[in-house]
Amino acid sequence: MADIKKYPTPMLDVLEDGPWPSFISGIKNLRDNHPDERINNVTNGLLGQLEHSYETKMGYWKGGTISVFGYGGGIIPRFSEVGDKFPESREFHTLRVQPTPGNYYTTDMMRKLADSWEKWGSGLQTFHGQTGNIMFIGADNDSFQHFFDEINDYGWDLGGAGPCVRTAMSCVGAARCEQSCANEHAVHRHLVNNFTDDVHRPALPYKFKFKVSGCPNDCQNAIERADFAVIGTWRDHKKINQDHWKAFVADKGVEYVMDNVISRCHSKSLSLGEDNSLIADESNCVRSMHCMNVVPKAISPGDDKGVTILCGGKRTLKIGDLMGTVLVPFMKLETAEDYEQIVELAEEIIDFWAENGLEHERTGEMIERIGLVNFLEGIGVDPDPNMIAQPRNVSYVRTDGWDEAAEEWFNRKREEKAAS
Amino acid sequence: MSKPQMREPIESGCPDGFQYMHPTMRRNFGMWDYHEDTQPGVMVHVAKNGDKLYTVKAGTQRILDVFTLRDLMDIADEYADGHVRFTIRSNIEFYTDHEEKVQPLVDALKDKGYAVGGTRNSVASISHTQGWLHCDIPGTDASGVVKSMMDELYDEFTNWNMPNRVHITTSCCQINCGGQGDIAINVQHTKPPKIDHSLVGNVCERPSVVARCPVAAIRPAMVDGKPSLEVDEKKCICCGACYPPCPPMQINDHEFTQLAIWIGGNHSNARGKPTFQRLVAAGIPNNPPRWPEATAVVKKILESYKEGARDWERINEWVERIGWPRFFEVTGLPFTKYHIDNWRGARANLNSSTHIRF
Ligand code: SF4
Ligand code: SF4
Repeated sequence: MADIKKYPTPMLDVLEDGPWPSFISGIKNLRDNHPDERINNVTNGLLGQLEHSYETKMGYWKGGTISVFGYGGGIIPRFSEVGDKFPESREFHTLRVQPTPGNYYTTDMMRKLADSWEKWGSGLQTFHGQTGNIMFIGADNDSFQHFFDEINDYGWDLGGAGPCVRTAMSCVGAARCEQSCANEHAVHRHLVNNFTDDVHRPALPYKFKFKVSGCPNDCQNAIERADFAVIGTWRDHKKINQDHWKAFVADKGVEYVMDNVISRCHSKSLSLGEDNSLIADESNCVRSMHCMNVVPKAISPGDDKGVTILCGGKRTLKIGDLMGTVLVPFMKLETAEDYEQIVELAEEIIDFWAENGLEHERTGEMIERIGLVNFLEGIGVDPDPNMIAQPRNVSYVRTDGWDEAAEEWFNRKREEKAAS
Repeated sequence: MSKPQMREPIESGCPDGFQYMHPTMRRNFGMWDYHEDTQPGVMVHVAKNGDKLYTVKAGTQRILDVFTLRDLMDIADEYADGHVRFTIRSNIEFYTDHEEKVQPLVDALKDKGYAVGGTRNSVASISHTQGWLHCDIPGTDASGVVKSMMDELYDEFTNWNMPNRVHITTSCCQINCGGQGDIAINVQHTKPPKIDHSLVGNVCERPSVVARCPVAAIRPAMVDGKPSLEVDEKKCICCGACYPPCPPMQINDHEFTQLAIWIGGNHSNARGKPTFQRLVAAGIPNNPPRWPEATAVVKKILESYKEGARDWERINEWVERIGWPRFFEVTGLPFTKYHIDNWRGARANLNSSTHIRF
């Protein structure tokens, strides 16, 4: 431990009080008690600069361009604008590292990562940032390459930063959730690892995100945040164990069951039989999950599982928040060919967007600009009524291709029928 | 001097998670039957073959130091089975298939100052962004805001008091990387950027900055004989989108950068379709180190929700049922002209019916 001159931190000190774990206490612990003098100094500088931000209500980091050898992205450069005041943390870059789908670790692996990070970086990290990456926060110009080399040797790779395919995210899913209808792991890795070149060498109009949720509960916020959202679902009937269901009714009482389950089904597809059995109008179940979230023991997703794919979700910048739009109502994901099919769809979309998207335009914004139909034609996907909430309501539309389009629809229907 | 030999990266991409999963997860992958919530922060998942896996969830400070990380790993080895996972909201989950380990694990976590909870109908840990600690464009801090709020909401994290789960998010700029939340506390700038014309020409790629503005308020101009950019301040909506590509267009201000609170963002397809959050309060001072004004508004909304919502209703569903006029009435928040949408598609946010509650 170094005998260092500590920057005073009266405002940050206030954040050491209270019951929630304090990040300030953690950083101070590194400053005061870490055996490596370099870490004592760098965290001292960081605290000094953060206190300065608290006092002046302004941020003092600026970006730049750095990357590891062979890659164009994955590191968030941070240079201090007040480096003359706090020289110890003048360079404080973040490495974005891709975790596994679902974010699993063994304690041994965590310690190994901690050892490497302590050797080269500040000793501060986040599991995980909003991008889904592990963030190793605080490496200087001389050390980030070494840290990367070290962890890359034992299986970790950088995530995306800048206009590129970004690190994907998946829910806990099949590993520990009864609602899961997909192998989130396989979907996630098939997709993102098909694009490693696009992850590491930013050359797209803007960012492109894959997110995978095992069921419509969408614990990963895929619809609202992903360009390519994959959501597990099923197309046969959900499974009802009437014995468990009746036990639930007996336990909670009919009134509770009516108020909290039956009447809360979004598409009003449930009713209670005279013998307290659960009656489900399966053709009107929209997979809105409520019944099985309340009574997981009695109600489960069906057996014919697959995924729904939505495209174009994003947050505010530039035209406002957009949700994803249904692109594929149902895709079976079982065989190697099935997985090839989903990867090909992603390739089609990324290629089309790379060619037609404007600089800094997300897929959702491009679709908004050119219209869903032009997008569908560009990627070779047929229109489907599941893609809309309702048909158009304004008559300003040219319909001179109607007969042909109707013919195509009937042909598709005939083919589907023949195939099934 | 010859250049040092650089190591070629191994482009392994996203690693395989099965190597790190708890063996009971691996064995029962895709074969889970149901789960029960035995106490706040604790779940037991039961597989179709009868295997059981216990999960204990704890809130962390997200910005973890290696000491805390090692401490958590020691707990995972001593009291659980050496396998962990982090949730999307930076909670850590410990796993064990031994029921008798659960209570000692919960006690050990509490003893060491971690918060056990965040499951079912609680206020989950606040998901946050980088803030002053590490971002290059932030209007406020994120870790500090979250620490301050979670101190106040601690009991809501560790108990099941809410009608349904509550997800809170924070964002430290208007790009809002914090995402949608039942309650979102986001930076709201209230004045146009202050431009340092001496730097723009050198630092900024002017056409792409012009293209970045959502309302076309920026145009190229010569200022004091130098190429720069000009903002039509009447048009400017103070979003700050021009600031990241052009740092001399400083949007952050110690006084005019404020906070706004939004409610009703819900990413789930459970019951209704996913929803976006809606503005409910603005003009809240950005007041470190504890942001008491923002916390007070959040607590007021939570109290009203707890009081008025039915079981299973998320905040958006509660407001949909009681209507927006009543929301403003029960929370005591002022309704202003700023709540009325004028962005594209705004008419969809107006009431075109006689459905009015009296
Ligand atoms: S999205 Fe569905 S499958 Fe995935 S963790 Fe959530 S509830 Fe489970
Ligand atoms: S703050 Fe936003 S609206 Fe104002 S000039 Fe910059 S980009 Fe345009």
